[in-house]
Amino acid sequence: MALNIVVCVKNTPSSPVSVDPATGKVKREGATFAMSPYDEFAVEEAVRLKEKNPGSTATAVTVGPDSSDAVLRDAISRGCDGAVLVTGPEFEGSDSFATSRALAAAVRKLSADKPVHLLLFGKNTNDGNSGVVGAQTAAWLDWPSVLAVKKIDSIDDKAAVVWRSMEDGVDVLKVTLPAALGTVKEINEPRLASLKGKMAAKKAAVPKWGLAELGLGAGEAGAAGAPSEVLRSAPPPPRPEGMRVEGATAAEKASKLVDILIERKLI
Amino acid sequence: MPGILAVVLPQRGKLNSSTYELMSAGRDLAGKCGEPFWAAVLGAQASGLAQELVERGADKVFVLEHPSFENLLDDSFAGALAALAGAEKPSKILFASTVAGRSTAARLSVNLRAGVAADVSEFLSAGAGSLKARRTWYSGNLFAEVEIKSPTAVVTIQGLAWPQAERQPGRAGEIVKTAVQPAPSRIEFSSFQAEESNEIDLATAERVVSGGRGLGSAEGFNAVRDLAHAIKAAVGASRAVVDSGWIAYRHQVGLTGRAVRPKLYVACGISGQIQHLAGMSASPNIVAINTDPDCPMMKVASISVVGDLLELLPLVTAEIKKRKGVPVAA
Repeated sequence: MALNIVVCVKNTPSSPVSVDPATGKVKREGATFAMSPYDEFAVEEAVRLKEKNPGSTATAVTVGPDSSDAVLRDAISRGCDGAVLVTGPEFEGSDSFATSRALAAAVRKLSADKPVHLLLFGKNTNDGNSGVVGAQTAAWLDWPSVLAVKKIDSIDDKAAVVWRSMEDGVDVLKVTLPAALGTVKEINEPRLASLKGKMAAKKAAVPKWGLAELGLGAGEAGAAGAPSEVLRSAPPPPRPEGMRVEGATAAEKASKLVDILIERKLI
Repeated sequence: MPGILAVVLPQRGKLNSSTYELMSAGRDLAGKCGEPFWAAVLGAQASGLAQELVERGADKVFVLEHPSFENLLDDSFAGALAALAGAEKPSKILFASTVAGRSTAARLSVNLRAGVAADVSEFLSAGAGSLKARRTWYSGNLFAEVEIKSPTAVVTIQGLAWPQAERQPGRAGEIVKTAVQPAPSRIEFSSFQAEESNEIDLATAERVVSGGRGLGSAEGFNAVRDLAHAIKAAVGASRAVVDSGWIAYRHQVGLTGRAVRPKLYVACGISGQIQHLAGMSASPNIVAINTDPDCPMMKVASISVVGDLLELLPLVTAEIKKRKGVPVAA
């Protein structure tokens, strides 16, 4: 059964970022960027499904600046067939609401060509950390969505049986396609990019889509289309200086430590 | 008049600690906004839970009861709530940041054309068409002040950020049974497999004792388990010891493991690499026990002890048992 799979990825800082204390804005220049860690599992799952279902395709999509081209090539090097970059100044200042809207529009455009069966996402990004874009994108498309998927047990072009990881156990669900799934890291072990994959990534043509291609109005994208905004950021307040428990013997230290824990009502 | 709506999604038909934290958060925000505090409860037997939600602080409880609501079906839950929101027009809608809460909040934000902020730890200010809240981002390395400007705002609250709302038996409030005609879901529930565990759940534990490479071996790691047991704590672990097979992956704390925020986090033989700190540094009380006085975990800790772990930990465990009147094994 040939499946057309789209996996949504994000290029995010992989080194620590800092904040400009005057403006409260996050400084991303100078940081190294890479595929957001949880996205690697979603890409791996897309590629595995593609391999298990001959004739299938896996396409990576991202919304970001020009430099996000790199994360799409990374996805291709891991086995995706192609990718699309949604980019342009009009997308700057997007929050999850605006980003998901753009992703949904991209999926709609891809579907007009070849119907997309499955949309995959990582659990959350390592910069925004919200974990909502997958379900939001599905809502824009009016597709069902399931989050925290730790296993896709079976799939054909009509439905998928998935295991959803809940706080107290696992729900087994059957989802009618097309659908969006948010994955968790238990789902697989991402492979390293192969030489063949890296060569394909180098040669791939990655189209860039803007508002016109997506059929979105200016007020539906970027800061103009974002109902939320980060006003300022700050590092966590400095921790008060910790105390070092001293003692001549281990027994003395142990006793003092327990004194303090009881005194502070921590145990 | 608009209101603050807390959406309660009982897991396996029951309320739990995340419900009670949500009720506190809702009460808090309602006070800040000067608006009434409502709750909506969805489930197959939701009406049986309504009175408790009144007793936990809701002035009005909307009961959305339907057999198909026994288990989370993401599309129809969000649809039913969108219909309720269309009728009652809450200004702010709150969820717990459980899988169910996050998923439903996300879909609802699109259904209602509302901004959503996830894992909010504090409400900074609120008025008509504006909600300012604090959350962390960049894997917990930065705090953010976020503003939602849409007429309706959707929020998930961070676990353990609010206390559990106390129950006031006999408290009076309005319970409204709301007619629901959920659109057929495209998700079919098949079965549930409970996770068998006698262990204290790491994610919600008030105390965690965590071990790293400094324990030396799988056997050495038992000293961590013993201490955890003595103070009724959950057991955590660094990635290194999970990779070495000393303990199961579900105990891993850190960027690719669990994020935890217990009142007390005891880090034994864990140096405190950034990826581990990302999973626990928000804990208000961190105790570090290590041979290295200068490692990152010792710097971040509010209480630190330098010493040999296999010597110190059993002594600490024994001392605790002594103080609590528990017989100490020879």
